[in-house]
Amino acid sequence: MQSVAETKAALTSAGYLADEPAALVSHLALALGKPVLVEGPAGVGKTELAKAISRATGRELIRLQCYEGLDEAKALYEWNYRRQLLRIQASATGEADDSFDRIFDEEFLLTRPLLRAISSPEPVVLLIDEIDKTDQEFEAMLLEVLSDFQISIPELGVIESTTHPVVLLTSNNSRELTEALKRRCLYLWLDYPEAEREMEIVRLHVPELDDALARRLVEVVHMIRALDLKKPPSIAESIDWARALLLLGADDIDRSVFERTMSIIVKHRTDIDLVAERVGVKLGPAEAEQAEATG
Amino acid sequence: MPAEAEGLPHGLAPRLISFFEELRAEEVGVGTAEILDAFEALRTVPWTEPADFREALAATVAKSQNDRRIFDLVFDRFFFRAVEAEALQRELREGESSSESGGEVDSEALRDAIRQAIAEGDESAMRDLARLAIAAFGRQGQGSGVVGVDVQRIRRTLGLQPQPPAVEATDDAPIDRDGINRFERHLRRELERRMIERTGKLPPSRPLADLDRTLPTSPSQDLAAVHRAVSQLRKRLATLGHEQRGRRRNSIVDMRKTMRASLETGGVPLKLRYRQRRPRRPEIIVLCDVSTSVTSASVFFLSVLHALHDSFRKLRSFVFIERISEVTEIFERERDFRKIAQRVSREGGVADVSGYTDYGRVWREFVEEVGDDLHPRSTVIVLGDARTNGREPHAEIFAELAARSGRTFWLNPEPKLYWNYGDSVMAAYERHCTAAFECWTIRHLEEFVNVVAGGRIPEAS
Repeated sequence: MQSVAETKAALTSAGYLADEPAALVSHLALALGKPVLVEGPAGVGKTELAKAISRATGRELIRLQCYEGLDEAKALYEWNYRRQLLRIQASATGEADDSFDRIFDEEFLLTRPLLRAISSPEPVVLLIDEIDKTDQEFEAMLLEVLSDFQISIPELGVIESTTHPVVLLTSNNSRELTEALKRRCLYLWLDYPEAEREMEIVRLHVPELDDALARRLVEVVHMIRALDLKKPPSIAESIDWARALLLLGADDIDRSVFERTMSIIVKHRTDIDLVAERVGVKLGPAEAEQAEATG
Repeated sequence: MPAEAEGLPHGLAPRLISFFEELRAEEVGVGTAEILDAFEALRTVPWTEPADFREALAATVAKSQNDRRIFDLVFDRFFFRAVEAEALQRELREGESSSESGGEVDSEALRDAIRQAIAEGDESAMRDLARLAIAAFGRQGQGSGVVGVDVQRIRRTLGLQPQPPAVEATDDAPIDRDGINRFERHLRRELERRMIERTGKLPPSRPLADLDRTLPTSPSQDLAAVHRAVSQLRKRLATLGHEQRGRRRNSIVDMRKTMRASLETGGVPLKLRYRQRRPRRPEIIVLCDVSTSVTSASVFFLSVLHALHDSFRKLRSFVFIERISEVTEIFERERDFRKIAQRVSREGGVADVSGYTDYGRVWREFVEEVGDDLHPRSTVIVLGDARTNGREPHAEIFAELAARSGRTFWLNPEPKLYWNYGDSVMAAYERHCTAAFECWTIRHLEEFVNVVAGGRIPEAS
């Protein structure tokens, strides 16, 4: 992929409609080999972007899901102490002739996502998801991986990457990340797509859906996002909703269809009340009711 | 300079450096690493594509949403000025182009064309149309000479109004606020260009307006920012003080780690490893002044309270003026900020006669009501201006409750300069607090969070 346009086309064929900034940053990530920090509200396709890059480039995707309390043993590497113990016992009884200090060898190393990404012989895409959920100490540990693509293991030495992984870090912006981490990354802010682009996305994933219905659906979703909700509907949820409408064979979003399927896009009790009150009433009444009223 | 060897035209590199300087002046942290990255990026992205050029710079230099906003403003200003300065120097003038002088402009057609350009997001069409609109408008001789006024007049003349989304669709494609803003930006720039041409010199470069210098007056406007700052507060309060607690007591042995450590001693577990203990949830009690002397601040404070409730499960909140009233339930029940504000003022029942804050009485009632629930793990946060309206401050009661609780913070909506002037008795309370802060902008709130987070609690002076 030599240019931004080519990157964009490749992402599209991998099922991800990137906007200009997203395509450009993906291009830069591949061309410069720099990690990318992707921020944005939940459900705008941050994780999906990493998956799409992996599909578009044919690279394996290695994912590290972050959470509070994530430590080195789960992210970097761990010594397989059971095997080490067995080896020690074996050498004590004279069954093995290896010396004692061979137990800190690569064969006793359990690779965790970061080490796996670094040591992989094939280039990979490394996704570090929701980095804002970890604590600052973990970020500091990441710095070595992100700037030099290497991991130091005290007992073994430094493991350097032979192939350059594409690294994406996602954050929901729940806390400010450290300057040191940001300095090593390119930055991409993803937001909810504009109506036009969201329609294209829905069409790409649910091509059987009627155009007029898709437009209506995106309109309603945008109306819902404009409300102050606990959890606004994500892009994935609009796609789910589109699929549900298709399954139900609905040809318009009227009030009754909306009320029946609303739970696909709105997931909080209080949100449901608010949406029903603000959006539900704006939709036309169901056809049956209409017929009753006129007939 | 290596960049020039890579096909960047002569003079672009120094110009970019001065652009970065200008970003630094607006407090965007552009380090050498970022600058090198930017040049690196320009090697793979054609600098002749305006959109790509801009995005490549933004991706390497602006590392947060806020930085990006400033980046866009500075980018527009810098390159606009750079072009104009160059034009002045070479004495280039744009002649009236044929489309501008030729014939009457049909304002209906113009309006439709603009709507279409906005709907399609076609920036260059918008620019051309902005020039047409200015030309048509100029002939009517309504130019006021003030750019901002002219922009609004032109917009009104053209009938460009944002439509609420998805009302009964008319023939016109609906245009959103964003689109109109974009068009206005073009208008503004073209008007400025004309002004520069007319006067033959550049207006002085102004620093960006400090958007967060004042309190957010409308709650929805900055509620999100308050929520962000407070959710950081949650993380920090949760882990704060962890190190002082007895770590070794009642710890649970971590078998995996102990076994692993035992390898150093040939499988004999000499060193015990313990499981890390999860920090306990902090208990927070917030006291919020809602009297008239802090009217402007109380919207801000209520939104802080609102955000606190979102983040902490164990939180009790009180509002007070002359009396104290627990409002925990209101915040737990209601989601909508406006409704909360209404219910607090309706059901709080905190004003007695005068409507002036009576801190002494408030402390007394507070100690009566919740004094027994205070313990070293609780954090008390007071939001108030410490103006007693001449009444007895009863600092000794406050001292008692501060002593009973683990930490006491005071957030004062007044600048530090005004503390202890007039009827403010801040000093009397401040010496019993763990720390006191001035807090009237989001930035102050973030500072408070940072100080609490870093454990760097300043000496109360």
